[in-house]
Amino acid sequence: MTVLRPETQYATLAQQGEAAQLGMWAFLATEVLFFGGLIFTYFIYRAAYPADFANAARDTELWCGSVNAALLVTSSLSMVLAIEAAAMGRQRAVLFWLGITAVLGIAFLAIKGYEYAADYRHQLVPALNFLLKPGYRPPGELFWIFYFTATGLHAIHLTIGVALVLLMLVRARIGTIGPLYYAPLEVVGLYWSFVDIVWLFLFPALYLPGRG
Amino acid sequence: MTAVAIDLPATYLTERQTVGSWLLTRDHKRIALLFFASITFFFFIGGFAATLIRLHLVTPQGGLLQPDIYNRMFTIHGIVMVWFFLIPAIPTTLGNFLVPLMIGAHDLAFPRLNLASWYVFNLSGVLLLYMLLMGGVDTGWTFYTPFSTAYANGYVTAAAVTVFINGFSTIMTALNFVVTIHRLRAPGMYWSRLPLFIWAIYATSLVMLLATPVLAMTLLLIGLERLMGVGIFDPALGGDPLLFQHMFWFYSHPAVYIMILPAMGLVSEIVACFARKPIFGYTGMTYALLAIAVISFLVWGHHMFTAGISLFSGIVFSLMSFLVAVPSAIKVFNWTATLHKGSIAFDAPMLYALGFVGLFTMGGLTGLMVATLALDVHLTDTYFVIAHFHYIMVGGAVSAYFGGLHYWWPKITGRLYPEIWARAAAILMFLGFNLTFFPQFILGYLGMPRRYYAYAPELQVWNVLSSAGASILAIAYLMPLVYLTWSLLRGRHASPNPWLATGLEWQTSSPPPKENFARTPNVTTEPYHYDPETGACIAQNGTACA
Repeated sequence: MTVLRPETQYATLAQQGEAAQLGMWAFLATEVLFFGGLIFTYFIYRAAYPADFANAARDTELWCGSVNAALLVTSSLSMVLAIEAAAMGRQRAVLFWLGITAVLGIAFLAIKGYEYAADYRHQLVPALNFLLKPGYRPPGELFWIFYFTATGLHAIHLTIGVALVLLMLVRARIGTIGPLYYAPLEVVGLYWSFVDIVWLFLFPALYLPGRG
Repeated sequence: MTAVAIDLPATYLTERQTVGSWLLTRDHKRIALLFFASITFFFFIGGFAATLIRLHLVTPQGGLLQPDIYNRMFTIHGIVMVWFFLIPAIPTTLGNFLVPLMIGAHDLAFPRLNLASWYVFNLSGVLLLYMLLMGGVDTGWTFYTPFSTAYANGYVTAAAVTVFINGFSTIMTALNFVVTIHRLRAPGMYWSRLPLFIWAIYATSLVMLLATPVLAMTLLLIGLERLMGVGIFDPALGGDPLLFQHMFWFYSHPAVYIMILPAMGLVSEIVACFARKPIFGYTGMTYALLAIAVISFLVWGHHMFTAGISLFSGIVFSLMSFLVAVPSAIKVFNWTATLHKGSIAFDAPMLYALGFVGLFTMGGLTGLMVATLALDVHLTDTYFVIAHFHYIMVGGAVSAYFGGLHYWWPKITGRLYPEIWARAAAILMFLGFNLTFFPQFILGYLGMPRRYYAYAPELQVWNVLSSAGASILAIAYLMPLVYLTWSLLRGRHASPNPWLATGLEWQTSSPPPKENFARTPNVTTEPYHYDPETGACIAQNGTACA
């Protein structure tokens, strides 16, 4: 295994790892405000137009959202198992669980892509292909703007997450992540869980209104 | 002596001098200088736009600029000065240079991120220049909907993307400071021993981290609306234009404190050093900084008193705006109390710092006037508001920036600046500033609206005074450019601690070596151990200043 040394500004690898973790927490704080601004705006409009938003939300593909929620929650488990395996020095298990995590993330994106295509066929994409159904009012389109902005941003974040997991896979393979230093893996795990949690807010907010 | 000269250790400036070693540097001190170059460039672009505005307003009918160009000029002035100068100015230059030095660290926590921040900043700067050359924007820096989304002719989307990308740079730098201050303090550098500039940068970074993402989301939505032709803030679709103002000011009011908090930190360092006294009420100063940072998030509605928010929210926002004056006043009183019975020296940094205290007080007191609901109905969207926030941002933040620049100039460059010229520039800046902006209080009170291309003839005398002041101000800003550049070549060499100050940054050579300190310093005492009787001081590592 490669011998790891802390960067010059750190006294120890432990200090370097703690700094990396705190950095990710600070970054996630900015992300909370970023998505928070969007979700807050969404709920303001939903409170203003409850019936229109409920009608529009019924046209989302519920099974896609539900399966995706299950995939992401499971992927957070495999992510944590990868970190645990790294802490115990079981390199093959690290590679296995990271691989599972990446596959689950890619599956999410594939289903999301299928869903976007279906939305397009159903003329639900504002600006590109949108038709207000008879009896629906303009705020229904507002719902779909938020739907695509929120899920689109989430998909971008998840794509970055998959890339990071694959990067960790490479680093675990060449040995720059091991039982003595696995802070980068923990940092990616934090990010991954955050992206997961965002979906746990988006899923009920976008898919479940009007289906009670 | 010759032996010493030969053994002189390499400084961060002389370490390696290839272009590549600068452009790929991870040294926080070199990155600070890179930022300094970028920011100075944009300061003069923003200043050029301001010059054209003031020249145009010399005559009531204008005539120098076409109306459409006039609109674009004040928009450019706003965008450049806010996002490309005031917000990054102190944190990315002096903050970048000083944070590791002051806390006894060898670099920031994430040096590569720091360098990336500079590249992202310049990327947004290139986009800004592109947007300018294509024809600019005429919405004002606030991008109010529905004007910006439905009616404006300029490059609103390009401007939104520019500011969006610029925000990443802000966040990267802030994140770096927060982690560095938490994790890389030298042994013994407890929170209760941090210099106030570090506290100020810390409070600023928190505001940057929590406010900037909301601006990013707001700009994203406005960009989508304009680019895709969908109506997020468009009443025709049920959207709410006022919601845009709420989201915009949720960022942009805290942004005011992003600009002023670091300035407060600089002034605290300078006032203590040149009064040769410990700062009065250190703990109160730290809590005041944090209180300002927290309350800054709760006052945004005072930009919207006349925009159609409810009377109830108007009253709450007015009350909160009065509340933020309390910690601000604590700081002013504490600086004043620090001066009391001090052994004051009026060197150039101190002149700038004292100018800050006075002008910030003026800006703060007039802030109370516009925070008053009834008065704001009369004063809103007039030159009174312009004068008010320029007293805070230019009189306050820019004065402090120049004060800090002079104070740490010997540390940054290893050279002393010419004191006489610097004092003259500081005094000229103070006079020019007041001549520029005090008449604008009167203009606003008399009812001259902001952003107007022409004005009533009876207001001309005040406008002429203001423009005359602006020309003095321009000279005062150009002077340091000349004599500081001169000092790089001809200035006398600086000793490690020319001001006899207590911070750790003065305990290493001027300019510092690449790794800042040969050995990680051991901190044994609070900052600001100055003795006004003898002028002596004890540095934070326990040694006598020399």
